[in-house]
Amino acid sequence: MAKKIKEINWDYAPSLESTSHIEVKEKYELFIDGKFVKPSSGNYFNTVNPATNEVLSSIAYANEKDVDNAVKAARKAYNEVWSKLSGKERGKYIYRIARLMQERARELAVIETLDAGKTIRESRDIDIPLACNHFFYYAGWADKLEYAFPNRKVESLGVAGQIIPWNFPLLMAAWKIAPALAAGNTVVLKPAETTSLTAMKLAEIIRDSGLPAGVVNIVTGYGDTGAAIVNHEDINKVAFTGSTAVGKIIQKAIAGTGKKATLELGGKSANIIMDDAPIDQAVEGIINGIFFNQGHVCCAGSRLFVQEGVADVVIKKLKRRMDSLIIGNPLDKNTDVGAINSKEQLDTINKYIKIGINEGAEMYQASCEIPKNGYFCPPTIFTGVAQSSTIAQEEIFGPVLTIQTFRTVDEVIQKANNSPFGLAAGVWSDKGSRVFNLTSKLNAGVVWANTYNKFDPASPFGGFKESGYGREGGMHGLSAYVKLK
Amino acid sequence: MQDKKKMSNYLIPDFTLSPRIDKVGVEERVARFQTRSIKSESKMQALKMALNMIDLTTLEGKDTPNKVRQMCYKAMHLHDVYDGLPTVAAVCVYPSMVGVAKKEVINSTVKVASVSTAFPSGQAPLEVKLIDTKFAVEEGADEIDMVISRGKFLSGEYNFVFDEIAAVKEACGKARLKVILETGELVTLDNVRKASDIAMYAGADFIKTSTGKIQPAATMQVTYTMLEAIRDFNDATGIQIGMKPAGGISNSKLALHNLVMVKEVLGNDWLTNEWFRFGASSLANDVLMQILKAETGVYQSSNYFSID
Repeated sequence: MAKKIKEINWDYAPSLESTSHIEVKEKYELFIDGKFVKPSSGNYFNTVNPATNEVLSSIAYANEKDVDNAVKAARKAYNEVWSKLSGKERGKYIYRIARLMQERARELAVIETLDAGKTIRESRDIDIPLACNHFFYYAGWADKLEYAFPNRKVESLGVAGQIIPWNFPLLMAAWKIAPALAAGNTVVLKPAETTSLTAMKLAEIIRDSGLPAGVVNIVTGYGDTGAAIVNHEDINKVAFTGSTAVGKIIQKAIAGTGKKATLELGGKSANIIMDDAPIDQAVEGIINGIFFNQGHVCCAGSRLFVQEGVADVVIKKLKRRMDSLIIGNPLDKNTDVGAINSKEQLDTINKYIKIGINEGAEMYQASCEIPKNGYFCPPTIFTGVAQSSTIAQEEIFGPVLTIQTFRTVDEVIQKANNSPFGLAAGVWSDKGSRVFNLTSKLNAGVVWANTYNKFDPASPFGGFKESGYGREGGMHGLSAYVKLK
Repeated sequence: MQDKKKMSNYLIPDFTLSPRIDKVGVEERVARFQTRSIKSESKMQALKMALNMIDLTTLEGKDTPNKVRQMCYKAMHLHDVYDGLPTVAAVCVYPSMVGVAKKEVINSTVKVASVSTAFPSGQAPLEVKLIDTKFAVEEGADEIDMVISRGKFLSGEYNFVFDEIAAVKEACGKARLKVILETGELVTLDNVRKASDIAMYAGADFIKTSTGKIQPAATMQVTYTMLEAIRDFNDATGIQIGMKPAGGISNSKLALHNLVMVKEVLGNDWLTNEWFRFGASSLANDVLMQILKAETGVYQSSNYFSID
């Protein structure tokens, strides 16, 4: 036999995305009426890089008064400018925002990674391009609303109060702002407290785009800032993406006020592997379903159902694939799994992992090295889980997968639907009829077949039951922001 | 060498039930390998490893003993002005040239591989294929690269394909058998997977993508599918099978992507020329060019690299 060449160190080279081209200010103010203004309380809070625990910047903390100013600015802009503009003119502004975002895509991707802990691979290839595409997509609808709703008279709602989560900061901002503007509304948006930076960069872009002052206002802060938006009497529409618990509070708060609402809440989505599935690709799909963005995905495929005939081989291959995942510096292009968004979230995840162990489920964690600083959690799976296990019922919002086996199609449909949530599901099978049978019987807003976590601006997204109501994206996303007569 | 006695300890599966392959999923997975960046000091070693895995090939109707001798010399002396380079793994020639090649490389580590079984079409009766194979082995071939009967495969005669491979394996004696699937003619990844399974269970020591005469040849998607098949076979039987992508891998970058893929799918055990080969004729010079570039900082023109 030919002699073996000396053992090569196959570790990948650190391939860090440069941070030299980005500018993060020491302090970010509120964006109200086209200007950056200091918070009336004078208070600021820190935003940190969850991968290193370093402070990146301080962010203005908006109180009720600031929110009131923002809503007033939005109302004024709505009455005086935006509602009077033709759809074609609105479209031009939205296109301009999209193009400016594209031009600064790299900068936005790096900042997103720094602030949110998500890998540069995802922020560069998924978050930012998709965010731009949402603006492009809805810019196209701005002057075609009567075609979206044929034979109806389409009117805008007024001022939309929008509250977004920390898992896809800029993308969620785009999901909210783009359709609202296209339909002729003005906006007060609050990013999540741990991830305000790209929203503030977006504010700079919006200012540079020449969008009339007050059409988009961005106020930063914690839950009380969000509450001030929801409870403000001059808000016509509330759009919220976040936890089911907060969603319920919002629902109560707006009851009887006439405010329109869309809520995109939690999920505990089923990813179903049939025995005729393409196994190796299904394993990739499981990985992508639960470890994409560290599992901080409302539609994460966090409940895996595997048909018993292939369960052993799927779990074996899944464990092997998990061991090959690279966890580490999110700025490294080779990194597969980045940092948990915040200490609070890491604590929550660890709490659930403990519950899983206490409930007697069998845990397996990827054998990869975990960085010492920052907030990291190794990819984790639990086998021997039942429908009645806490970890199979509650949303963990982290890289934790529960695995259950099933015997028949009817059984898996029952189990998959046996959940207070109904956001998404995945089906893996080589047989078209099986796929269609399952997709039509699963009670979920989005069902993927032989893939998972795929998003497109033209495709509506939203849930059933405790996963919320209303649809975002696509033509359906427009109806949340219009009155039809 | 592998202990083939184990062969009797497992069942031959029903090949119609070979795992299904989802093409879109494979494409996504493959794209990930292409964005990996290897440490620069490792890259140099990896390039040398790639050189050491090449089956330097000439398979032309116009091949002559002199052409083959020149290629054999190149195989052993890739670029003598630069020290520390390995030789290639093997030279790959038609059966009629095996004797010539064997004489040239006899005192080196370079092996002689011969295509056989009415390469490249495989359109000959089994007796002819066996004579072809035996002739190459008698002439001194260390390795036999056979082609499967794609026509029979595509018409669903899997037993025929299986038996033919098993018969050729027997005719190989001590020579290692590489089974060429000619994936460009099998078209779908489902077929690639099925043919890989048939070849391995029938006794292949290596599975190989292509003859180099049909396009597309060794795409990363096809190679990935075959690597997964090798891993599953290893899981089921404990037997290690080698992989040889051939045709289309003409530059260093692609070769490194392939090595990254082998490493991530199969692990370090496969990263020697005993278990992984590149079937290529133009790859060697590109790798040499990259090695010299890494060493000197400048690219040298192709005129500085011999073209045997």
